[in-house]
Amino acid sequence: MKGNGFATVIHFIIKEFQQLKRDPKMLAIVLAAPVLQTIILGYAATFDVNNVDFYLLDRDKSSVSRKYVEKIINSGYFTIKGNTENYEEIENAIMNGKAVIGLIIPREFEKDIENNNGTKVQIIVDGSDGNKGSIAFGYIQAITAAYAKTILLDKIERNGIRVPLKSVNAETRIWYNPELKTRVFMVPGITALLLMIVTTLLTSLAIVKEKEFGTLEQLIVTPIKPWQMLLGKILPFTTLGLIMILLVNSVMIFWFGIPIKGSLLFFFFASLLFILSTLGIGLFISTVSRTQQQAMMVTVFGAMMPMIYLSGFVFPIENMSRIIQYVTYIIPLKYFITIIRGVILKGIGIADLWQETLILALMGALILFLAAKRFHKRLE
Amino acid sequence: MNYSIVAENLTKKFGDFTAVDSVSFKVEKGEIFGFLGANGAGKSTTIRMLCGLLEPTSGDAVVGGFSIMNEPDKVKQSIGYMSQRFSLYNDLTIEENIEFFGAVYGLKGKLLEKRKKWVLEISNLIGKERTLTGDLPGGIKQRLALGVAVIHKPKILFLDEPTSGVDPISRRNFWDLINRFSDEGTTVLVTTHYLEEAEYCNDIILINAGRLIAEGNPQRLKTEYIDGNAFEIETENPVELMDILKKAKFIIDVSIFGKKIHVITKKQFEKPDELENYCTQNEFKIDRITRIVPTLEDVFIHLLEHGSKNAQQN
Ligand SMILES: Nc1ncnc2c1ncn2[C@@H]1O[C@H](COP(=O)(O)OP(=O)(O)O)[C@@H](O)[C@H]1O
Ligand SMILES: [Mg+2]
Repeated sequence: MKGNGFATVIHFIIKEFQQLKRDPKMLAIVLAAPVLQTIILGYAATFDVNNVDFYLLDRDKSSVSRKYVEKIINSGYFTIKGNTENYEEIENAIMNGKAVIGLIIPREFEKDIENNNGTKVQIIVDGSDGNKGSIAFGYIQAITAAYAKTILLDKIERNGIRVPLKSVNAETRIWYNPELKTRVFMVPGITALLLMIVTTLLTSLAIVKEKEFGTLEQLIVTPIKPWQMLLGKILPFTTLGLIMILLVNSVMIFWFGIPIKGSLLFFFFASLLFILSTLGIGLFISTVSRTQQQAMMVTVFGAMMPMIYLSGFVFPIENMSRIIQYVTYIIPLKYFITIIRGVILKGIGIADLWQETLILALMGALILFLAAKRFHKRLE
Repeated sequence: MNYSIVAENLTKKFGDFTAVDSVSFKVEKGEIFGFLGANGAGKSTTIRMLCGLLEPTSGDAVVGGFSIMNEPDKVKQSIGYMSQRFSLYNDLTIEENIEFFGAVYGLKGKLLEKRKKWVLEISNLIGKERTLTGDLPGGIKQRLALGVAVIHKPKILFLDEPTSGVDPISRRNFWDLINRFSDEGTTVLVTTHYLEEAEYCNDIILINAGRLIAEGNPQRLKTEYIDGNAFEIETENPVELMDILKKAKFIIDVSIFGKKIHVITKKQFEKPDELENYCTQNEFKIDRITRIVPTLEDVFIHLLEHGSKNAQQN
């Protein structure tokens, strides 16, 4: 009757699923919430700005200036709310929130362009909503650059001079497809985030729950080994995690129409490696916590928030201070986001991402090892 | 080796607080061994060390032939444990709990089926296999917990307050079961704070504030630990009588049991007459006075108030 090896693990897993079955609402929430959240966040997490209201003060009233304004309106992002003769009216409109942007076209706009003197338009931006203002400003810049380009091309054609134009090209393309670009960029990250949140949180409660209900006490006096318990906890959650990957990514593919360009197999493999580290973190928290509430707090504030902020998902890592940049090296989510953005968007595979993959695997192994070491079979 | 458990200077500290202070005792194979003591005395902590749930701060014990310090895993297969606090899964059915723990002990197939039936039978739960454990009333949960604790027929059974919060009739049934296990050769270590339950034990130890203050056979304890004679006095006004008796020089202990008073007198005062005289001198009317064999309660009250002969006090 000694050391039943894997049979005990199986019985433990059966027990876990029996318990899960008793709480179907919980199971439904665990599976439905990430799907709904992917959908909601997929819509929320776009940086596109539509219907920017602007006021116009056209001092030139020439055909060139009219064409320029037309370009802005035809971009679809801007709605003209007033056409005024008066600078003060623009100031008032912005102050009252009637417009986010004020556009002032100087006198001699057409003439300066014709004579190759160069010209400047003045743009007043409402900075109180910094995000919207700067994005709208970016759009105007892009439209202006594009317009300048057409003028330039016109002239070149007329005068027969050849100038390399590539540099202008690259910049403007990003701006012309911003809505699609941000979502395509964000949704894979969101799915990674949700996967992390659910798996970490669930496992962080897994052992401490048995501690709190006293059932751990009954388990410890049996011959069950720590590794059997840990595997018995990990495998059901891994299964749940894999189901979640399927669901959440189906939403990404079929709802948002973002296909996985790279290898599906590698994608699943990388996801599995990532889950190992989130499960490891969850288990570790679970072994050091005394109550479920404590475990939840530590998970949210001690693990998930830092992971989200330092993964590059919210703030670009290049913009962080040196020291913080070093800290991001220990964030598994950072590597996973790099991997899945690579696989989904660029279609690259393990050949290009082997470093991240290796780091993720090592991290998962290390964290699981630490959790297993922490979890000796005593009550304290 | 005829001992199932040999504990030597078991000590457990929680920070600065010493919950169990150098406790030593031996439990013979097949006997029912009682742990007595008030709440917080350190009974559960001692049991938890013996089961490998807590690591002793110092000292050691050999349980079923293995050291709890060095080979806690080897101890596990031969022990059964019923925690003071219900510790089966409330969100599993009765059957699922039995099957799970049976499987963890390595039971399978026909043997598991047989043991499951047996557990259901001794815990009187046949026909309730599919009931959710969490829906059971407290007393029935205790029975199930006892059944699950013995599913692998352990050589040594630890029961931490199995009868607390159980009605008197069920308590009787519990003790019948415990006797049955003992008859079959199982060593049973049981804690209780019901003194009358000590009478069912072959041997007991009394723990107070983490220290062992008395040990032995309940019958012997009554004579060995009291250096005097016990009397029972019946009266209408026991409280007043107690105050009067406390002042008497020849009296060691006085305690009230309802309308009765138990008195322990110094050895040379052997006859009830002397007590009766003392009462009449103090103009107090008593109904009846008889010499008795001291009860365990008398012994414990005596020990708690005066310390034991052989335990050092600080
Ligand atoms: N994990 C713990 N941490 C701190 N103190 C504890 C712990 N467990 C028990 N104690 C204390 O140790 C003493 C003995 O407790 P316990 O063994 O449960 O007593 P009993 O079972 O005799 O009622 C009590 O004062 C209790 O508060
Ligand atoms: Mg206790």
